[in-house]
Amino acid sequence: MPHDGHDNGSKLSETELRVRALESLLIEKGYVDHAALDQLIETYETKVGPRNGARVIAKAWTDPEYKSWLLSDATAAIASLGYSGRQGEDMVVLENTAKVHNLVVCTLCSCYPWPVLGLPPTWYKAAPYRARAVSQPRAVLKEFGVELSEDVEVRVWDSTAETRYLVLPMQPSNTNNWSEDRLAEIVTRDSMIGTGLVGSNA
Amino acid sequence: MNGAHDLGGSHGHGPINPDPNEPLFSQEWERRCFAVTLAMGFTGQWNIDQARFARETMRPGKYLETTYYEHWLHGLESLLLDRKLISQSELKSKKAQNTPKTLSRILKAEDVAPALEKGGSARRQEVGNAKFSIGDFVITKNIHPANHTRLPRYVRGRRGKIDRIHGVFVFPDTNSAGLSEKPQWLYAVRFEGEELWGEDAEPNSCTYVDLWDDYLEQA
Repeated sequence: MPHDGHDNGSKLSETELRVRALESLLIEKGYVDHAALDQLIETYETKVGPRNGARVIAKAWTDPEYKSWLLSDATAAIASLGYSGRQGEDMVVLENTAKVHNLVVCTLCSCYPWPVLGLPPTWYKAAPYRARAVSQPRAVLKEFGVELSEDVEVRVWDSTAETRYLVLPMQPSNTNNWSEDRLAEIVTRDSMIGTGLVGSNA
Repeated sequence: MNGAHDLGGSHGHGPINPDPNEPLFSQEWERRCFAVTLAMGFTGQWNIDQARFARETMRPGKYLETTYYEHWLHGLESLLLDRKLISQSELKSKKAQNTPKTLSRILKAEDVAPALEKGGSARRQEVGNAKFSIGDFVITKNIHPANHTRLPRYVRGRRGKIDRIHGVFVFPDTNSAGLSEKPQWLYAVRFEGEELWGEDAEPNSCTYVDLWDDYLEQA
């Protein structure tokens, strides 16, 4: 557990026991169904993840009409590719340009666009990122290896409501003749949160 | 609520340390905690704002020393106890003792895909025009409610500009209290870096925050 230096074996097992007890109690009471729990886990472990978002971005890069639809009505444009529902009911897409870089955070909890990115990474949910993304976005970006010149405006989006934000990263200039499938492979999760840029040598 | 969860702008939490190879769940109990929380959410015994508020009620020191799914576990146990779906003694003994409550909705495996697909939009019918227009300057209220709010501390009493009008959405402050949805216009409001952080602001930076009518006054 690299992120939880304070954790130790006994505390972990205490939490583990608490969760196990709670789960079996809720099943015994008939409030939850064991097969449904497995189905939920399988969905987010195997079906929903940043590959979905990458498809959206690659399509926007290769289809100008889709891109303009995506920027004006992200929920519908994303749903047209089959990605919709829980924690992505109302989507907004933010376009990065040579002059504007967007970065998404949720300072109050960990709101994140599940249908296109899956469940958030640990750092997105933890205090350091939530604390500093709004006050020191350039310093935060440097920790992800992204350095932006001062003439690029950094826009931070704090997801305080049920709108969910997805960043449309800049397409690497030497990939203009690439197919949509090949482009989808270089789009990273972090580039769609705004903590990364897309490179062409991935 | 001015709780430990309201982290924007706070110091001392250390580096971010992103781990590019982390698994989706680092422990089996996280996997189970995630699924049980979602499944109980589908029973409709509480709304999403009540679920968030339940996590925020964790003691501040404890909140900061525990991980995301421990916050979820705390929230879930509190809601189950509060709604009398389980008892403290059942939780301790790990055995069902009382007759279960009858729930109108229980998530079955075959319902998972359609239920996730359907989601639960907080968007509501638009009536009339939005109070503010794009480009209007607004000042956020300086409020400190002890209940759930989505107006972060770092942005209270600050001047911003309406950037987008999202539509009409459920208002979390009243919805979390179980009072009413009080649907109202929601905007993305742009705050310049210097407005929020003064001379400590980084150059050429700004923050957009989604805020409802009840948080805003004309500047």
